[in-house]
Amino acid sequence: MSLLEVRSLRAGYGPVEVLRGIDFHVDEGEVVVILGANGSGKTTTLRALSGMVETSGEVVFDGRSIAGARPEQVAQAGVAHVPQGRGTVTDLTVEENLRLGAYTRRDKEVGTDLERWYEMFPRLAERRQQQAGGMSGGEQQMLAIARAMMARPRLVLLDEPSLGLAPLITQGLFRTLGDMNRDLGTSMLVVEQNATLALAIATRGYVLETGEIVVEGTATELAGNDDVRKAYLGI
Amino acid sequence: MTVFLSQIMNGIQNGVIYASLGLAIVLIFRTTGILNFAQGEMALFSTYVTWELTRLGLPVWLAIIVSMILAFIGGALIERIVIRPFEQSSPLVLVIVTIGLFLAFNALAQLFFGVEAKALPRAYPDRNWLIGGVSLRSDTLVLIAVLAVECLLLWALLQRTKVGLALRAVASNADSARLLGVSAATMLMLGWGLAAALGCLAGALVVPTTSGLTAGSMQGILVFAFAGVALGGFDSPIGAVVGGLIIGIADALTRQYVPALAGIEIIVPFGLILVVLLLRPQGLFGHVKVERV
Repeated sequence: MSLLEVRSLRAGYGPVEVLRGIDFHVDEGEVVVILGANGSGKTTTLRALSGMVETSGEVVFDGRSIAGARPEQVAQAGVAHVPQGRGTVTDLTVEENLRLGAYTRRDKEVGTDLERWYEMFPRLAERRQQQAGGMSGGEQQMLAIARAMMARPRLVLLDEPSLGLAPLITQGLFRTLGDMNRDLGTSMLVVEQNATLALAIATRGYVLETGEIVVEGTATELAGNDDVRKAYLGI
Repeated sequence: MTVFLSQIMNGIQNGVIYASLGLAIVLIFRTTGILNFAQGEMALFSTYVTWELTRLGLPVWLAIIVSMILAFIGGALIERIVIRPFEQSSPLVLVIVTIGLFLAFNALAQLFFGVEAKALPRAYPDRNWLIGGVSLRSDTLVLIAVLAVECLLLWALLQRTKVGLALRAVASNADSARLLGVSAATMLMLGWGLAAALGCLAGALVVPTTSGLTAGSMQGILVFAFAGVALGGFDSPIGAVVGGLIIGIADALTRQYVPALAGIEIIVPFGLILVVLLLRPQGLFGHVKVERV
């Protein structure tokens, strides 16, 4: 059974339907990427999983239905969501943001994890007492990812992690995501426009067009698909 | 010199009153991002409840504790029933809603408890010491002690506990906090409940030092409490206390030494606020919002 199983998911804002019934799944340990242009429904897909928009359809996570659950309940079930724009809590310090990431945990190892992520992202360690809102976009994206990992999630949802970042920083970021998946086995669902980088770390992928899934396959298949190459790889 | 010190003491006496209500205003702002203009009238109403409980035979201190608990529940319910429907509205709409609450609580207080002044006894002995010609009242000492404890507890709650972290996170970025597993709804109710309880304590301690409890008891105090909070910084408990004290002392000294301003002494503390906010818009102890995009 898949870790996340989504069937005929529909979502929208008021009368506007953005997702018109999509099916996909994420298996344990996979990195799954959803490619799509602006307005295709990528962000809405993640927001629908987290209960931030009105939805219908089936969403089963780890054997339990989370369709219609509130965002905090989805988080408590073990899904971490790195939202578009990074969701930095600007008035808190870097360390407070990270501790907030561990809000759902009841164990005593939060401090240990904190040190681990400081080791992984030394920039965050240097700025631990700074107000998080004052950091650069790249640093805030690192913070958002480390904060999501502080929850020890089973699945991480990443909404366009490359948005607004310099190419070199984006490359480093995706390398880190790949490492995290390999070393910790954390499953990831990434929505991206930057297909090259996303497919490089992905196991499988889907292409979303105006609210419907039009292509699906392994990362290698997608990278070799002519339509995908034309539309998203600029080849 | 004695006159000067006496006036300072008068100022402190009033300042601690402003500060005690100011703390409730700061707490609600820190935890929900709302400026609650009804804070004074909520305190007024719960002070009437304290008074009613003493009439039923409860000792004053017990009446204060029970009415604080009731105020906590009432504050949480107000958030849930009155504020929640406007959660997505603009801050201006919320300001209007709290002004509506202000009017509603004032009217309800008059409806339930009548218009004649009520005498609420002190929970402690009324003493007055003369130290070098300056009078020091037990009222002032009690309020200072209570403020100190409140500041310490608030600081510990907000800066040292997981709940405090969640409260601040929801005030700053509710969507993000929810994605991290924080129930924003619970935190907002908690913030309103705690502020209502603090306001109740402020009312129950302040009213016995005045000429009696009437529907207008809190209005003058609310204006000065807001002034003190603006001066000290809306997000700083210490700022509310220092701001309240400065307002109280400036007012008292103006009364004594600037007879030309008799009747309009109030312009001195407010002029002071104007200058401070021009130089330091976040207030003396407030934090600047840092945000890069």
